[in-house]
Amino acid sequence: MARMKFLCDAERCIECNGCVTACKQEHDIPWGVNRRRVVTINDGVPGERSISVACMHCSDAPCMAVCPVDCFYRTDDGIVLHDKDLCIGCGYCFYACPFGAPQFPQAGAFGLRGKMDKCTFCAGGPEADRSEAEFKKYGRNRLSEGKLPACAEMCSTKALLGGDGDVIADIYRERVTRRGKGSEVWGWGTAYGPGKPGAAPQGGGKS
Amino acid sequence: MKRVIALAAVVALGTALGGCMETEQTATPMKQGKYQGKPDTAPWTNAPLAYGSASWTKGDEASWEKEIKARNAPQNEYNRIGR
Repeated sequence: MARMKFLCDAERCIECNGCVTACKQEHDIPWGVNRRRVVTINDGVPGERSISVACMHCSDAPCMAVCPVDCFYRTDDGIVLHDKDLCIGCGYCFYACPFGAPQFPQAGAFGLRGKMDKCTFCAGGPEADRSEAEFKKYGRNRLSEGKLPACAEMCSTKALLGGDGDVIADIYRERVTRRGKGSEVWGWGTAYGPGKPGAAPQGGGKS
Repeated sequence: MKRVIALAAVVALGTALGGCMETEQTATPMKQGKYQGKPDTAPWTNAPLAYGSASWTKGDEASWEKEIKARNAPQNEYNRIGR
């Protein structure tokens, strides 16, 4: 079974914000909400690194654990989604998330917090697939169209990889072994892991 | 007078017992730690787009995953430029 994951290669990201723009455009995201953003470390200093960050669809998601109304669920392919009809906009998920993924649109003139919005891995939400209601609440459901997230598919340098975790780990592993560096960002295990693409993971490796 | 006191006692008892009752506050029973929202459908339960390039058998998870993996392949540019 596929387990959907994102992986951003900091050696390749050029901070173009193409992924941010693709996401905004694809889902018609309102002003003030950024499901994806590019974070740059040591900006302007030689050796600066950029990384594209959104919901990482954690296997053990802290947002799910803290939600007081239990509006989160995980799909069969490992994507963390939520039901906006249940969300009360309390913001607990924002405090729990290590990536700052949950976003809250301004719902009123006085900055009243609206229902939480976050990256859906382009998988929509609990409305009828490809329906107008789903698009309005969660954005486009590209997975139901046999496509991958728009951000990853639009990435010009292919720094941002998105899709089945095993496949993107294989792509990244081949890349790192060819250029001989870059594994330290996401860990030796992801970069070198089983030794050759497609093989089963081994224990004992630092990841 | 006795009747009034008895009636007041019955009303007071009823009110007190009523306070002990807890009625369900939500439309569906709450199960702590369980997803409370609407059920979602899996992407492979949809038919492929009529004008799209992807093709899988509606309802067949394996064929959908095969399409997604094929869609993943171009993210590896070594596949495009040759090894």
